Amino acid sequence: MTDQVPISWYLILSATLFVLGVLGFLIKRNLITVFMSIELMLNGVNLSFVAFAHEWHAVKGQIFVFFVMMVAAAEAAVGLAIIIAIFRARATLAVDRIDLMKL
Amino acid sequence: MNAHLHLWLIPLLPFAGFLINGLFGRRLPKPLVTTIALLAPLGALAVVASAFFSVFVNSGSISLAYTETCPFGPWISAGTLHVDFSFVLDQLSLVMLLVVTGVGFLIHIYSVGYMTDDEGYARYFSYLNLFLFFMTVLVLAGNTLVMFIGWEGVGLASYLLIGFWFTKDSAANAGKKAFIVNRVGDFGFLIAMFLLLANFGTLTFSEIAARLAAHPAWAGGVLTWIALCLMLGAAGKSAQLPLYIWLPDAMEGPTPVSALIHAATMVTAGVYLVARMHFLFDRAPIALSVVAIIGAATALFAATMALVQTDIKRVLAYSTISQLGYMFLGCGVAAYSAAIFHLMTHAFFKALLFLAAGSVIHGLGGEQDMRKMGGLRKKLPITFLTMTVGVVAIGGIPPLAGFFSKDAILFAAFQQGTLGKALYFVGLVTAALTAFYMFRLWYLTFTGESRSHDAHPHESPWSMLGPLVILALLSIVGGWVGIERFAAYLAPATGPRPVDAGSSQLEIIFTIVAVVVAALGWFVADLFYRQKPSRPAKLAAAMPGPYNLLVHKYYVDEFYGAVIVKPLLAVSTYVLGWVVDNAILGGLAWLIGGIATFAGALLQRWQSGNLRSYAAWLAAGAAALLLFLFAPSILASHGISTFWKGW
Repeated sequence: MTDQVPISWYLILSATLFVLGVLGFLIKRNLITVFMSIELMLNGVNLSFVAFAHEWHAVKGQIFVFFVMMVAAAEAAVGLAIIIAIFRARATLAVDRIDLMKL
Repeated sequence: MNAHLHLWLIPLLPFAGFLINGLFGRRLPKPLVTTIALLAPLGALAVVASAFFSVFVNSGSISLAYTETCPFGPWISAGTLHVDFSFVLDQLSLVMLLVVTGVGFLIHIYSVGYMTDDEGYARYFSYLNLFLFFMTVLVLAGNTLVMFIGWEGVGLASYLLIGFWFTKDSAANAGKKAFIVNRVGDFGFLIAMFLLLANFGTLTFSEIAARLAAHPAWAGGVLTWIALCLMLGAAGKSAQLPLYIWLPDAMEGPTPVSALIHAATMVTAGVYLVARMHFLFDRAPIALSVVAIIGAATALFAATMALVQTDIKRVLAYSTISQLGYMFLGCGVAAYSAAIFHLMTHAFFKALLFLAAGSVIHGLGGEQDMRKMGGLRKKLPITFLTMTVGVVAIGGIPPLAGFFSKDAILFAAFQQGTLGKALYFVGLVTAALTAFYMFRLWYLTFTGESRSHDAHPHESPWSMLGPLVILALLSIVGGWVGIERFAAYLAPATGPRPVDAGSSQLEIIFTIVAVVVAALGWFVADLFYRQKPSRPAKLAAAMPGPYNLLVHKYYVDEFYGAVIVKPLLAVSTYVLGWVVDNAILGGLAWLIGGIATFAGALLQRWQSGNLRSYAAWLAAGAAALLLFLFAPSILASHGISTFWKGW
């Protein structure tokens, strides 16, 4: 018990992952990368949830993580389908070029 | 007398006609439009007639006014002010209603023939019905505020109908002139209402009368001012000095409109107002003298202007002003019943004259200049006959209607002291002038050689001649009821007739004088326009000064133009237009607009349309929010305090 990793380390890692996700979301042009950045942000938050849950021995945080994972999975399914549809229609995945609702 | 008379139907039927024809008239077939337009006044007339017979037959004379109040609670209730939307029927409003709906219905029929080819047929009838609605509201009103609604409403209808052919500049301008001049009078009416509220706390006629009756010593003072303000309103509506200038121009409207609104009904509203408020005028002798003087002066003044007019409708317009002057003279000498008597007979023969003139104009294809008429007696026989009746009636020759009522007014005037005697002679001179210019019109139009370019004048259809014949009959028999019986009938509403009982001999002398004077006017007209048609021109050449003065209508329009209109326009253009509107208001608007434009130019860079910049702003905003929340506690742990509080 004494050699436990301090919670702040987890939180720093979590924040780093989240910021990386934000930066990726803002900077990358490829739609799939942007999509992966969103997943990264979600998982950064997940990490802090489990860390706190472990720290305070509260099971709520872990349940939240399951919810987030579930939503993320659903989002991945829908999002990837949309991405494929967009690629078929426009032959590109550069977000700058996908700026019109209709063709 | 407690039977329900359904007075509300009288204004509401014409209003329904106005709504139907006004909203759907253009899409409805013409016969249907005609039916609706005629049913509205006919229904109102039927209600009035049934009220007349039930009241007249059942009780002979009613002493109490029948009041009908809107059943949906008080109209205005604010503090101590309570106004009901109430209608009152008494002898006065009954006579007035019979005239308005009766003559109104006849003129509606006439209009069917007169306006049949006009594009705005449905619009015309919807306006006409609207007028009847407001006029009946005015007449039935139980207090001055309801009356004011009708008062303004008939002004609106008058404006709409004068400018009925609005594509013609002169018609549109005449409509505006009528409306604006009437505003001056309405100002007086409003002030009178405020004074009534301040001094009586009520606007209801019966309550004001009761309050005055309770204080028999109260006279003059503020009552004079109220009466004078009311008279200003009446002078505006009834085209008296100095506000008469709009009426001659109002002849730009269709001729039936001139007959209905600008001769028979609306312009008599001022007389009606004075008679309605007679209990107040009786307590204000100075105001009463002013009314009498204005009336007599207007009668003479307008009659002189009618002498030289060449437009057939304008002659009649000045004659209307002159006859209205008689009515005010009657009111001014407290002979209200005589004034209302003249109002009624005048409604008959002046409507007849206008409609006959309309028939002449119609027959000549729109020609209104009497110099281009002449010799129409054979071509328009029925128009000629009915017009003759009208001319003789207004000329004051017995046994036609105009004689009796005019005589009653002059007789009443003579009995009112020195001022009354002076005004009597003014009225007598006016009577001679009236006979002269009416017979002048008659000779110029119907006798002599034809001076018309149109070789084939045609008689009007029976829809127009029918009302002419009926009105001619009314003009003949209308006066036979006699002033004594008429005054006795009106007495509960207008007070007794101020006449000495033993003056019947005097009355006969007056009758003879009046007839001689009228015959003199006829004789001179005969000399000038039948025996030697070259005489008028010679006389005009011999006296160019007076002639030009009359032709230019005493330069009153020019005078008002220079003294009132021009300064007003200058103030509007330079002070209000340039300084206030352009400089101050325009500058303010420019400043505010400039700030908005500048801010927009800055902010529009933010909204770039670039999705990732939005996301970046989102992230930055979230970061700023977090800083805002947590910075104070973090800084506090280092001993620094912030001016805002975080978590």
